[in-house]
Amino acid sequence: MNPPSSVLIAGASAAGLGTAESLRRKGYRGKITVLGAEPHAPYDRPPLSKQVLAGAWEPERARLRPRDALDALDAAFLLGDPAVALDAAARTVRTATGARPRTLPGQDGLAGGSVHTLRSLDDAAALRADLLTATRAVAVGDGVLGAEIAATARTMGVDVTLAGPQPAPMAAQFGPRVAELLAAVHAEQGVTLRLGTAACGLTGHGGRVSGVRLADGEVLPADVAVIAVGATPETGWLTGSGLTLDNGVVCDAYCRAADGIYAVGDVARWHHTGIGALLRLENRTNAVEQAAAVAGNILGEEKPYTPVPYFWTDQFDAKIHVHGQPSPDAEVAVVEGAVEDRRFVAQYRRRGRITGVLGWNIPKQTRLTARGCLAGHAGLPTPGTAPRGPALVALRASPSYRWEVPPALSSRGLRATAPDAAR
Amino acid sequence: MKITVDEAKCCAAGQCVLIAPEVFDQRDEDGIVLLLDAEPAEEQHAAVREAAAVCPTAAIHLSGTA
Ligand SMILES: Cc1cc2nc3c(=O)[nH]c(=O)nc-3n(C[C@H](O)[C@H](O)[C@H](O)COP(=O)(O)OP(=O)(O)OC[C@H]3O[C@@H](n4cnc5c(N)ncnc54)[C@H](O)[C@@H]3O)c2cc1C
Ligand code: SF4
Repeated sequence: MNPPSSVLIAGASAAGLGTAESLRRKGYRGKITVLGAEPHAPYDRPPLSKQVLAGAWEPERARLRPRDALDALDAAFLLGDPAVALDAAARTVRTATGARPRTLPGQDGLAGGSVHTLRSLDDAAALRADLLTATRAVAVGDGVLGAEIAATARTMGVDVTLAGPQPAPMAAQFGPRVAELLAAVHAEQGVTLRLGTAACGLTGHGGRVSGVRLADGEVLPADVAVIAVGATPETGWLTGSGLTLDNGVVCDAYCRAADGIYAVGDVARWHHTGIGALLRLENRTNAVEQAAAVAGNILGEEKPYTPVPYFWTDQFDAKIHVHGQPSPDAEVAVVEGAVEDRRFVAQYRRRGRITGVLGWNIPKQTRLTARGCLAGHAGLPTPGTAPRGPALVALRASPSYRWEVPPALSSRGLRATAPDAAR
Repeated sequence: MKITVDEAKCCAAGQCVLIAPEVFDQRDEDGIVLLLDAEPAEEQHAAVREAAAVCPTAAIHLSGTA
């Protein structure tokens, strides 16, 4: 297959930039254009809830690449101007448009009134400015982003409450044992945990937020609220393009959404042949690894993309690294270190298979353990056996950066590769 | 090629070690990147470029073209 004469990339963040870089690294000499909705040069999102929010870094430090490295790419960056439609006949487009935060009922009416979501550099600056004068902040969402924001706000000295429906932060990802330890860390550091009840709305006064309303009727007083209840893939601009949009841009095993059109990063929901299901990941390593896979496939490598998912999170002094899928109902065995020491590697086993490895303040050993027991997990398939067309499987939207295949997968006319068989 | 790493950015993911184990390692205690060879030989360059590209915190900087 001849490489295309030009590649147009929509989205100028980790996945978009990663694709451009991988194309050049693999020797592509054609024209590359990168469209970005935001005016900023490509920057990184994980520091937004950590170092940038805390004020430990100037925002410029979150830039993905220095100027000279961007120049050396020889790509045209058209920033501050979003793509508004896709003409599927224009070939070799890559969409890397990411995701946008979900909101609570009533949130729009209070926008600008100390109610925040956190996705962009501008969001981080606005939230930080409000936290600096906050008397009481509420972080809504007990997933990874809400928990990180609560931790960072607390480190800034803010009186903060973390609210969400789970019994402990991140319980749906980590299971009770590890999530309880995380809850203990937050409580020790002075975060008020108001868990077990979902938030259902906001109260306001004079256009500013005054509280967060919970499903049981209680109102948590707040002069700053951050809503971190997951993200929706940014696909509105693709409506009517002919692509299959269903919790992301639905792609085949090669991350191809249609002939000459690929999706990568948070926006892409592709067929992972190792687990036999569609998967959408919202994590930072996926953005660049998938970018490399897509660049290869644009250039004719024809390799299915079958990663072992990985993400990390920093909350207070806990640095948590997660490989694979540590499901909440798995058996958890500590294989190195000790939970009491807050330094351990835990293996998650479900139906006799190790599905995930989680490390708490012990990243190197965690990686080595994961490598030893998860390598076959992605079930590296033989090229050519993957289905070529987009396969339709109903998957729940993944709240914040995690991956998830529901236990009962309702497949709509899909070749019956049961995901459980692969786990 | 000359490599520098920003330890304060590194999140200890270890992707670099997986891709270019002769050039990168991680500290045992906190997993932060250890640069084993700041000016690696030619045959390492492709792996080092890949490591710099996939590093999830953009902590690896390369300078020099050769
Ligand atoms: C606050 C925060 C903290 C995080 N922390 C971690 C972490 O600790 N560990 C981890 O593994 N992951 C983390 N993540 C997740 C990680 O940052 C994402 O998975 C990653 O950014 C995905 O990259 P992407 O390029 O696919 O999407 P994005 O980074 O969302 O980039 C998409 C880009 O496309 C642009 N765009 C949207 N629509 C259009 C359009 N129509 N035309 C042109 N451009 C458009 C957007 O403006 C955006 O710049 C975090 C995310 C956030 C928000
Ligand atoms: S890949 Fe990047 S973040 Fe990970 S250990 Fe290496 S330098 Fe650190």
